[in-house]
Amino acid sequence: MRAFVPGYHMETPPTLAAALQRMASEPSGWKPFAGGTDLMVLLEAGKLPHRKFLSIWKIPDLRGIAASSTHVALGALTTYSEVRRDELLGREFPLLARAAAETGSIATQNRGTLGGNIANASPAADTPPALLVYDAELELVSANGTRVVPFHGFWKGYKQLSLHEDELIRTIRLPRGTHGWTHFYRKVGTRRAQAISKVCFAGTARMEGGKIADLRISLGSVAPVVLRATETERALRGARPTPMVIRAAQEALAREIVPINDIRSTAHYRLRVAQNLLAEFCETISA
Amino acid sequence: MPDSQGKIRVQCEVNGKAVSFEAYPMERLLDALRVQMELTGTKEGCGEGECGACSIEMDGSLVNSCLIPVLQAEGAKIRTIEGVAHSAQLSALQQAFLTHGGAQCGICTPGMILAATNLLARNKNPTDDEIREGLSGNLCRCTGYTKIFESVVEACHTRKREQDA
Amino acid sequence: MLLLCAREFFSLLASGDLDGERPPVSGEQRQGVPYNDSQIIMGNLHIGKSVLRKEGREKVTGRARYVDDIKLPGMIHGVTARSPMARGKIREIRFGSGIPWDEFTIVTAKDIPGKNCIALLIEDQPCLADSVVNHPEEAVVLLAHPDKYLLEEARRAVHFDIEPLPAVFTLEDSLAQTQIIWGEDNVFKTYQVEQGNIDSAWSSADFVVEGEYETGAQEQLYIEPQGMIAQASRSDGVTVWGSLQCPHYVHKALVRLFGLPKERVRVVQTETGGGFGGKEEYPSMIAGHAALLAWKSGKPVKMIYDRAEDMAATTKRHPSRTRHRTGVTRDGKLLAMEIDFTLDGGAYETLSPVVLSRGTIHAAGPYSCPNVRIRSRAVATNTPPQGAFRGFGAPQSVFALERHLDRVAEAIGISPEELRRRNFVREGATLSVGQVVQEKVQMGKLLDRALELSGYHEKRARFARENQNNVIKRGIGFASFLHGAGFTGSGEEYLASEASMRVSQEGKVQVLAGSTEMGQGTNTVFAQIAAEALKLDCEQIEILQPDTSLVPNSGPTVASRTTMIVGKLVETAALTIQKSLSDAGLIRSEYTQAEFQNACRQYIERFGELKALVKYQHPKDLHWDDQHYRGDAYGAYAWAVYVVEVSVDMRTAEVRVEDFVAVQEVGKVINPVLAAGQIEGGVAQGIGYALYENVVWQDGRMANGQMTNYIMPTTMDVPKIRVYFEELPYARGPAGAKGIGELPLDGTAPAIANAIASATGIDVKAIPLTPEKLMELLEKRHA
Repeated sequence: MRAFVPGYHMETPPTLAAALQRMASEPSGWKPFAGGTDLMVLLEAGKLPHRKFLSIWKIPDLRGIAASSTHVALGALTTYSEVRRDELLGREFPLLARAAAETGSIATQNRGTLGGNIANASPAADTPPALLVYDAELELVSANGTRVVPFHGFWKGYKQLSLHEDELIRTIRLPRGTHGWTHFYRKVGTRRAQAISKVCFAGTARMEGGKIADLRISLGSVAPVVLRATETERALRGARPTPMVIRAAQEALAREIVPINDIRSTAHYRLRVAQNLLAEFCETISA
Repeated sequence: MPDSQGKIRVQCEVNGKAVSFEAYPMERLLDALRVQMELTGTKEGCGEGECGACSIEMDGSLVNSCLIPVLQAEGAKIRTIEGVAHSAQLSALQQAFLTHGGAQCGICTPGMILAATNLLARNKNPTDDEIREGLSGNLCRCTGYTKIFESVVEACHTRKREQDA
Repeated sequence: MLLLCAREFFSLLASGDLDGERPPVSGEQRQGVPYNDSQIIMGNLHIGKSVLRKEGREKVTGRARYVDDIKLPGMIHGVTARSPMARGKIREIRFGSGIPWDEFTIVTAKDIPGKNCIALLIEDQPCLADSVVNHPEEAVVLLAHPDKYLLEEARRAVHFDIEPLPAVFTLEDSLAQTQIIWGEDNVFKTYQVEQGNIDSAWSSADFVVEGEYETGAQEQLYIEPQGMIAQASRSDGVTVWGSLQCPHYVHKALVRLFGLPKERVRVVQTETGGGFGGKEEYPSMIAGHAALLAWKSGKPVKMIYDRAEDMAATTKRHPSRTRHRTGVTRDGKLLAMEIDFTLDGGAYETLSPVVLSRGTIHAAGPYSCPNVRIRSRAVATNTPPQGAFRGFGAPQSVFALERHLDRVAEAIGISPEELRRRNFVREGATLSVGQVVQEKVQMGKLLDRALELSGYHEKRARFARENQNNVIKRGIGFASFLHGAGFTGSGEEYLASEASMRVSQEGKVQVLAGSTEMGQGTNTVFAQIAAEALKLDCEQIEILQPDTSLVPNSGPTVASRTTMIVGKLVETAALTIQKSLSDAGLIRSEYTQAEFQNACRQYIERFGELKALVKYQHPKDLHWDDQHYRGDAYGAYAWAVYVVEVSVDMRTAEVRVEDFVAVQEVGKVINPVLAAGQIEGGVAQGIGYALYENVVWQDGRMANGQMTNYIMPTTMDVPKIRVYFEELPYARGPAGAKGIGELPLDGTAPAIANAIASATGIDVKAIPLTPEKLMELLEKRHA
């Protein structure tokens, strides 16, 4: 434990309103702290510069999975374990369940939250690719009110959120109507469990007469943010996924992603694997 | 002298007993267990939530205690390795670890037993894959996992026999 | 059942040792039973049984006490401030503001009472850097304070002004002598092994195959990090408690560091959470640090590394480069093997000469080859010194050999197994260093069994068919190898290990040995051996905690020697105790446990105490020439064939180990669960070595020193490992046992490499073979 722990402060606001009040009263003074699976690692390494945290872990308004006829709304504090256990999510949004199952370990899944995953804004995050292909929306709340934004575009750059200093993510909303779509998810990590992803691919597609009527593709770990691969989608939308079409889509993908060399992997490996997973996706939806 | 915030008092239940201790709010639950509560059975292997040596049960869920700030343990029901055996009677899992070589150097063993205990509480008859997945957050450098796996399977059989009896 | 053969009995008579009436003088060694008899105690009471782990109950209940679980009154904490730079001159050490420095104990090289070194083979490694640093993370300043958190702030506030010097980071640059960073030529040690007349052998070869192979560094990654507690003062001397494998190594180092007489230094081993060689020599360093802080502060000091520090600053497996040149006939007979073997030793010598030695001796494997030349060297680089890791040089050279032989087979056009069969040594044949094999070797039989158990031939044929149209390609490969147990050559003689045994009035037997338990089963195996020899329950045997003030020096717990060498001392001590009792007329050849207890009571009433001290005696028929590096390198070898099945996903170049069969001949399996556990654990480490464990170096520093980024296998990455033992009892081992601890590290990685080559057709020459590297090789082939 490298941090000077006595220098850190944490409080438990009794309600959501109290938490938002605190955050509004001291701009950028207090940061929300959910399950801690990211922030505590930084603290241990002595790399957590912020000193004052509000524990939001027990706030009930931020929990729960509710379904209406048009949307499924997940509280920001929904843990990966809760995602995995939810039958409706497993049926209608299987990639989210898959992503949750491949995040960390059972112990991490019990404490890691969707909201925390989004707020941490790691390009290697495992659930955001699934959220992106499901056209997720975020409900953001502050002392001044609420706003709903598409998740696509919420991350502006590496670790840069469109989240105001006094805002909390309250809900993640997924529009229903995924029937008839094929779902594909593959995370390529450093090993088979408890792995940080090197490339993460999420894709959904609706086929009509052997052609791709519509699709969504999202990748993690190949750009400063988790990416909706809109160029690649364009190369495939309306087309029959023949080898020539797939090759063209792979070239579009190469132009769209910016993988890097880092401690875990290489730019070249990430590019190749992303392209191969794209091909695998196309084969899967054609079958 | 760097700026220091105050300590807080935390009250929770550990291994069935009410406890109360003082700590900095973002002190790790792992350290509170080992130092304030003197329950040294829970171990630190990595300090980054990767090895699972610090695994405990908190309100019935398996968690890495090195990643929990004590403030969030307020009011929680916690079980550590010290709370697994029933006084002198080892649990079926502990007994199986003994007979089937599930523990070598023993440093991963408390966390491994918590993880396996938690798995069997959620799933009485796990498949081989489910056992592997349930323990995938606990690293062992000594055993290569084969005998840990065999210990868990043995414990399942023992518990089934006891139930059928 | 005890078999005392006639020859032995008469030799005892002749030596006049049967004078049971004479009371033993305190300190006298009663060694009435010859140590090196060529006859095995074949028991069936405990030997071959999976006796429960002696300290198992403590481990499964969380009651076992590791060093960080221990608290001493008044204890404070210590940390180390380390060099950020690989090589340079220390100009200034600055202590930043905002820290109440007067509350701290601060230690630098100037505070060292004795010699500023960590004494090992030589004394080149400083305990604390004084005027120069030679590797990143080199320890410079030690700090102690009661507040662990403030200590971290203080550590951050220590700044070093270091004038950089040009550094050497690779084995190649060290050989090229771009800079001289150690000694006169960067070379710690060289060896040259010659057999036959290799220079004239090439002309007779039908094929000559060359290859260059590389292995990377590997972190031991014991789950319990390094830790020590020290108490020290001028009046009381130095005592340390901690996680370690070799209490007497630490003792020797502290004696030198403090300039104290031997009796004033005491080293105690606490329950140790894994070692694998990583706690062979490094504990002397952390013990020295904790003790210096204790010495200066006057308080007990606890020093526990966190994972990041442990990974970055402590020893790893030596990276290697091996060049093979092999001449064979078209029938696949080995005619000439020329091997060039280089190890990267890091900044100081530590144990590099011995690692090099073992790697050199194992470089030509279990094969008969009339003409051999092995040239080897260990060189310095400005990285944290490399050190012992299970296998100790052999995993490196065996990887190269076993991968190379598959390629040789391919070049000739015969199968890999046929090439091995035609060249396996047999009893009476000569190994590369000139050792005539005295054992009944059955490599051919082991190979048969391993291939059959793994379904090798059927799978090989099936994979060849199915791989053609499959994006997941499967392969099966093997490695055949040996591992020498005990210290090389005259090493055991030099160690002159001792073990002793003491019996109480109640008949409780205590084993006193410097050998340590770190999960491999020392305590249990020693208890089984003693209980077998004495015909008692294992519960009657107590293994004393290794404490240099109490136990004799049994040598280090390394080199696959503990069961075979020290276990034999324990067995002899037990037989000596038994003989003392029978010589005194207090027991007969058969007796019950109650009769034994009664006899002990009477003996002690009569003579005062009942004990035995046994010294190692080197077998007279083993000869080793240190100068020419030839002769009987090891008393015994374990022999093995490992077969592994892999699948390779061609889309991602990820390799998965699907099935693993490990067949080995080990003399005698004393405890089946423990023995299998050793093989399974070693195989898992070998899987990591081959596929996952990649040390990323940046300017001499390990950049991926977190468990998130240094990848060891989880339960999902390792299949069920299938272990099979053969037993050809070794006369000099206790109950016939040989050493096995390191064996699995030798054959696992090359078997995996051969399997990947079989699956993909890729010429694998280096490990770790990460997906990135395999992808690169696959693409190069397509181009």
